[in-house]
Amino acid sequence: MNALYQFVSGPLVWVSFALFIGGSAWRLYSMAVLARKKDVYVYEYFSLPHALRSMLHWIVPFMNESSKKNPALTIVAFVFHLFLLIAPLFVIGHVAMLDKAFGISWATLPDGAADAMSFIVVGACVFFVVRRLTVPEVAYVTSASDYAIVGLAAAPFITGILAYHQIGGAQLMTILHILSGEAMLVAIPFSRLSHMIYAPLTRAYIGSEFGAVRHARDW
Amino acid sequence: MSSQVAREPYVLVADKGLDAGVARLTDEKIAKVIGAVLEAEGGARLKAYVDTCAHCGLCSEACHFFHSHDRDPRYSPVGKVKQTMWEILDKGGNVSPEFIGRAARVAYTECNLCKRCAMYCPFGIDIAYVIGLMRRICHKLGVTPQYIQDTAHSHSATMNQMWVKEDEWIDSLMWQEAEARDEVPDLRIPLEKHGAEIMYSVIGPEPKFRTQLIYQAAVIMHAAGVDWTMPATPGWDNSDMAMYSGDYEIMGRLKRAHFETAQRLGVKRIVMGECGHAFRSVHDVGNRWLGWKGEPVPVVHAVQFYHELLSSGKIKIKDKFGEAVTFHDPCNIVRGMGLHEMGREVTRALCTELVEMTPNREHNYCCSAGGGVINCGPPFRNTRVLGNKIKAEQLAATGVKTVIAPCHNCHGGLEDIIHHYKLDMKIKFLGDVIYECMEKPWAEA
Ligand code: SF4
Ligand code: SF4
Ligand code: SF4
Repeated sequence: MNALYQFVSGPLVWVSFALFIGGSAWRLYSMAVLARKKDVYVYEYFSLPHALRSMLHWIVPFMNESSKKNPALTIVAFVFHLFLLIAPLFVIGHVAMLDKAFGISWATLPDGAADAMSFIVVGACVFFVVRRLTVPEVAYVTSASDYAIVGLAAAPFITGILAYHQIGGAQLMTILHILSGEAMLVAIPFSRLSHMIYAPLTRAYIGSEFGAVRHARDW
Repeated sequence: MSSQVAREPYVLVADKGLDAGVARLTDEKIAKVIGAVLEAEGGARLKAYVDTCAHCGLCSEACHFFHSHDRDPRYSPVGKVKQTMWEILDKGGNVSPEFIGRAARVAYTECNLCKRCAMYCPFGIDIAYVIGLMRRICHKLGVTPQYIQDTAHSHSATMNQMWVKEDEWIDSLMWQEAEARDEVPDLRIPLEKHGAEIMYSVIGPEPKFRTQLIYQAAVIMHAAGVDWTMPATPGWDNSDMAMYSGDYEIMGRLKRAHFETAQRLGVKRIVMGECGHAFRSVHDVGNRWLGWKGEPVPVVHAVQFYHELLSSGKIKIKDKFGEAVTFHDPCNIVRGMGLHEMGREVTRALCTELVEMTPNREHNYCCSAGGGVINCGPPFRNTRVLGNKIKAEQLAATGVKTVIAPCHNCHGGLEDIIHHYKLDMKIKFLGDVIYECMEKPWAEA
């Protein structure tokens, strides 16, 4: 078990980060090349001010009509994405490991806060699953991969909670926590979690097209 | 699970073009054509859209078909992609002729390419683009609704939408000039005037069915003292159903002919009549296909032109239109060009009272004729009319009797909706109201 722990918390971390960063860079690069080749107008129509104004309206909750029509989902999705990014960056355990490995560190979240955030992230995942099952227009376009993605996002938080509360064997849970975190990182460039990479691109494009060509709002 | 709420079974509307096209298909041909189209044209946008879509269903809220069918998921924007492109990509193009038959109906007749859904998707996924690509595949497969295909043939053979022959075109203009001269003795419809400031272009149905619009335009031009001309050659028609049938090669020829005619006449700009899709074709789709970022000769939509004439005082309004009106935002000049405020300013200059529909401006609901759906003809009349109950409700809620719509297709679509839902309303172009209400110096003389 110890050897396994050493492996997942050592070399595998490197591998997963390399795949995450390399994979993401590769996806961005190949998308840029493909657009150059087949959709060159994407570059021609690009307009930074319009792209930025579109992003602003779609990042801030309730600045667009769509989010106003779905207040519950807007709040849940916003908090989910925010905590999904913040919790792993500022949880003490992660920062301490970084400090030990590279001697760099930054502010950390109190344990209780990180724990609460994890519960909220898992709760949001439950909300997404229930929504998929019960809202007809969502159920209609749901496939197994959609549940897999929610599972991938929830797993590091579920195992993190279990490890923190010493349920199911602290070391086992820690190993599962690390493994699931690594799985999620690797999945970002290679699954539909890649919306994390592509969202700025698709938004920038439609923002530019609506702003600079159509002279209309896109929110 | 509520997704299994019983829905009415999907009925395949019979259409000669679609049915004959499907009958000619083989599995091999389908796979080959799809492969070729995706290879040549399925680029970064398609890939990014398919990979990014979170299957969240938020775009559903945008679509009038979805609302009008009591939130039937089949009519949600993403649901239409599921029934078309997803399946094609999942199966690597190995889909059956029956699948294509249904996908063609979804793509051609259950989506107006109105782009409202692009404004409701958190990622800005442009589903109209994906559906347009589906139409492109159907076109290459020879599976197109008969009526719109006939129109595309007309474009191809005559460079106009309505099989108007060259001499008939010139005759129609001369006839309208003669008619108008009864009212305005020195009025001219200047043909082929080289170096005029403006070339006025219209859509094929104007000389064919709505000649009074050419008459009215001539009177407005005359009253405003505009230096204008109309071409006597093909290239006069700015409309473009090939853009909607997926025949981009013909679309390119049409747009080139239109712009080159303006260049041949040496005009400074093109003013076009009140049409939405033609504007989309010159401003966004056709020019883009030809590799022109903008327009080689500036194109001004009628709404912009009227605004210019009214605000500069070239046209003066004698008595405003006395009844309350509502203003229908045509997608192609509103989501397509942001002319909603200008349209309202023109309307307010002409009418005493403007009652808004809600939602409006960029968030308007399409009339359900757009995207070539009305051009798919009588077989699909119910598809679009039943698919836009929400527009009827929106119109009725205004309580007014006149709706102004500065778009030809919108007229056709709204007319059918008004008729089907028994609304007591009539539809007018801005040009109708200007003609009715403007000062006509010659009348007093
Ligand atoms: S009709 Fe308009 S809102 Fe509906 S799917 Fe098509 S483009 Fe989107
Ligand atoms: S709103 Fe966008 S991401 Fe969500 S289902 Fe529709 S197209 Fe996909
Ligand atoms: S016909 Fe009118 S409302 Fe409908 S898509 Fe065209 S511009 Fe929009």
